[in-house]
Amino acid sequence: MARIVIDPVTRAGGNLRVEFTRAGSVIDDAWVSGMSFRGIELALAGRDPRDAWTLAERICGTCSGVHALASVRAVENALGIRIPVNARIIRNLLAGTLLVRDHVMSLYLGQLADFVDLKSATAADPAAAAALAAKQADRPNATAADFATVRDRIAAEIGSSHPSVIGNGWWGHPAYRLAPEQNLLLAAHMLEALDWQHEFMRLHALLGGKDPHPQTYLVGGMAVTPPWGGPTGTAGRDHPQVPDRNAPEPLSSEGFAFMEGLVKTGRDFVTQVFAPDVALLAGAYSDWVELGVGPGGYLSAGEYPANDASPPELLFPTGRLDDGNLEASQPVADGEFTEAVGSSWYRYQAGADTLLGGGSGETAPAWPGLPLPLTTLDGAAAYSWVKSARYRGVPMEVGPLARVLVGVANGREDIVQTLATALDPLNLQVDKLPGVIGRLVARSVEADVVIGHAAIWLSDLKANLATGDLAVADVTSWDPESWPAEAHGFSLGEGPRGAVGHWVTIRDKVVADYQVIDASTWNLAPRDVTGSRGPLEAALRNTPVADAKRPLEALRVVHSFAPCAGCAAHTFGPRRDTPAERTARPEATR
Amino acid sequence: MQDDGLYAALLRRGMTRRSFLGFSAAMAAALALPASFAPQIATAVEGAKRLPVIWVRGQSCGGDTEALLRSGDPTAVSLFLDVLAVEYHDSLLAVAGADAELARTSAMQLYPNGYLAVVEGSIPDGASGAYCLIGGRPAADVVREVSAGALATIAVGSCACDGGVAAAGWNTTHAGGVKGLVGGGKYMALPGCPVNPVNLASVIVHWITFSALPAADLAGRPLSAYGNLIHNQCERRPHFEFGEFATEWGDQGAQEGWCLYKLGCKGPETMGNCPTVKYGEKISWNVRAGHGCIGCMTPSFWNEMGSAHKRLPAPVFFLPNLTADMIGGGLLAGIGGVAGLHAVGMGMRFKRRRVIAARDKAMAAVGSAVASPAALETEGPQAEAGPDGGRAPEAGGASPAGTLDAAERGAAAEAALDSGAPAGPEER
Repeated sequence: MARIVIDPVTRAGGNLRVEFTRAGSVIDDAWVSGMSFRGIELALAGRDPRDAWTLAERICGTCSGVHALASVRAVENALGIRIPVNARIIRNLLAGTLLVRDHVMSLYLGQLADFVDLKSATAADPAAAAALAAKQADRPNATAADFATVRDRIAAEIGSSHPSVIGNGWWGHPAYRLAPEQNLLLAAHMLEALDWQHEFMRLHALLGGKDPHPQTYLVGGMAVTPPWGGPTGTAGRDHPQVPDRNAPEPLSSEGFAFMEGLVKTGRDFVTQVFAPDVALLAGAYSDWVELGVGPGGYLSAGEYPANDASPPELLFPTGRLDDGNLEASQPVADGEFTEAVGSSWYRYQAGADTLLGGGSGETAPAWPGLPLPLTTLDGAAAYSWVKSARYRGVPMEVGPLARVLVGVANGREDIVQTLATALDPLNLQVDKLPGVIGRLVARSVEADVVIGHAAIWLSDLKANLATGDLAVADVTSWDPESWPAEAHGFSLGEGPRGAVGHWVTIRDKVVADYQVIDASTWNLAPRDVTGSRGPLEAALRNTPVADAKRPLEALRVVHSFAPCAGCAAHTFGPRRDTPAERTARPEATR
Repeated sequence: MQDDGLYAALLRRGMTRRSFLGFSAAMAAALALPASFAPQIATAVEGAKRLPVIWVRGQSCGGDTEALLRSGDPTAVSLFLDVLAVEYHDSLLAVAGADAELARTSAMQLYPNGYLAVVEGSIPDGASGAYCLIGGRPAADVVREVSAGALATIAVGSCACDGGVAAAGWNTTHAGGVKGLVGGGKYMALPGCPVNPVNLASVIVHWITFSALPAADLAGRPLSAYGNLIHNQCERRPHFEFGEFATEWGDQGAQEGWCLYKLGCKGPETMGNCPTVKYGEKISWNVRAGHGCIGCMTPSFWNEMGSAHKRLPAPVFFLPNLTADMIGGGLLAGIGGVAGLHAVGMGMRFKRRRVIAARDKAMAAVGSAVASPAALETEGPQAEAGPDGGRAPEAGGASPAGTLDAAERGAAAEAALDSGAPAGPEER
């Protein structure tokens, strides 16, 4: 059966390729390939572990900061460092607001064109769209005139002889189902989301110095400067220089007022725009509730430490659900995180059928020399730069859906209630969550829960600073002389798109080994040697694809995972490389 | 597309004439043009058609696209719908697969030599290019093809400029920047990890106004953005001058917002405009937030800039820091003497005259100038001021402005600090 190829898969991170076959008009089987590899691992080996986060952070610029956080935690774990309260809260604020922004943009930039026909939006009645918007929430800039403006802009965009990226879609595809006014409403919200997010992410620039890739992480805490003297300190001290006062200091009262304002607009956006839009899509595309179901295993590494205990209490609990059993949450052990390379372009010394754990991984790229340009990967034994993450040999779906399911299985009240509020109007139960619509709903639930906590984190931080505790970093183990000769550490946590694990070995004061197993290594995993499909591959099966040239339905499943092939292909650890192999590597010539 | 010019489009977006002129002035400032250029920019931008752009991504983390999405003035919406006509960008395009490839190739045909090629991410040539494939083809081929028909090729972010993080260390995939793929065409590099969207916007506005790229250095970086040391523009610079350094994370110096040089800040070695254009619509930048510069705008910074948390062991190209660092480490007492000499400065002019007299005498005695004047010059005051340089700050403070450059004063101040002067705790 000839394969249908989607390459590049657009509206995804990194270079992603999907091939599938159909039985009739339904996807029979699918193969997911990551098409790029960077090999950051070899750059990390030999570096100062206190610097590791700067490189690790560059694994992903969309979920920026996620890998910096995972990296400093792994090194802190290796060296036995406990971070101050302020640092924990600042890290939560950065990671939490990132998640909210990422979930919102996953819908409006990633998935919108899968469900919304922009051409149909141009035929909408702006007054009807305004009435629809008023039913959702009382928002500014939602009059009939505003919608008419948006409609005209979109009409101009897609009416062009050569429409640009936003206007160039498979409009008119039979799988689109919304009314023109609904399409216009969502299109207007896409523009509103774009305008909202750049303002919202100024919080990252304030706390992180820049964004993407905030730069205030530190092994031992955060490098955020409290305002001179702190909130309880004396103002106007004798000092030779007054810096630029036009911008607020991160932790000054102006800084807090600024952040509180952003969190409030973020909460408004999530509850008044994002969640209602998800509900609208879930209602209109109700048959997509049961499509795109993964292989049945769900894993959450847990995130957002709520206190300083060891281990801390987590907002999203750690847990694992096996074989579609959504009620019994199993414990998660870091030693069971493994990777297979049976279908990936790497070799393991002990053979392709081996599973290697995070603390003992290998990354030796082995391109088989397939003829380029590639037409199809049909017949190729290995077909991806992404490895296959496995928990005890079993593929697991990670991400918002997994976290929400694990949270419900653990009886977390705020998650259970927010989910119930989202599902009740749709007449759905938790067991219907696995699927394309469930992933959307899980994102809106998470965004709601986390933006609520962001306000709490801000007030906690303010209260803690007011006690006079200005500590942002614990530097008792900063000096390498205080380190043991060899130390092993790891961190498990959650980025917006799923579980992130970092493993580090420090030997002779430098990084000897570094291994990452992150969200896309789970979700975009190719088959392993037993032939078991990765979560996205499994989810694509049974999806109807009416038009092989315009596989819109397949993209719905792909984008429901918010895939990012860029980060998946960054596993670290030149452990088994011999010195001879190292010297054999080509030198950079450019 | 409704194409009656950018200004009309911006007005439709609700921009006022006043804020439009403000935007033009901000762009003139970002381009280091005199304010008198603002009207010319305004006129050019008013009449401009949307500029077609083909945006290609190699081995990238997506951070430069994200940086563009965080652009505040103009906003991302305005950039995409008013200023630019982005014909191809794989993370934004609604269509996928073959139709996405068609969007790129048909735009190339529609606008021959009429679009900007923007490249994000490094391009590998290891494994015949298989480390990064776009539509099954090596990214290098796609970039070469796109830039061949472009008005100019702009490398955004450090990866596209020199290989960035993929080229760090062993460079397994043999990754590099795009410059070698551009051929003879116009090329501009906008390094940074990620690129600052203000710099990209200002280059675009420069193109719209003057139909040319801004003046660039040898690495292809616009001088307007990459022509000054971060150190020289830094808001914490006065602390450097006064010898006020944070020496440990979270210490009093860090809390007071003092200079982060001793914690590894690469501001003194990095050319860029972060302190002036900042990030997050001017809300902050990394040194302001509390962490030193990591030098991400410097070519091959992952390899060249050393540890992010240690001072460079040797200078890159800013000589005075050689002095500062070496004194700081107590590596070269003689250099301390030189700093001492400068610090003593004009206040010791009469002694200097004596030195010169001594030199003249020595020259006369030897007959031919065998002795090095510099050695003689150093000799005198060293004996006078003592090897510890402990008097340097006082003398420096008393010396007339302009006799010492800023870095030398910092060096003197730091010498005092390292010799146990009361300015701060000892460096570890």
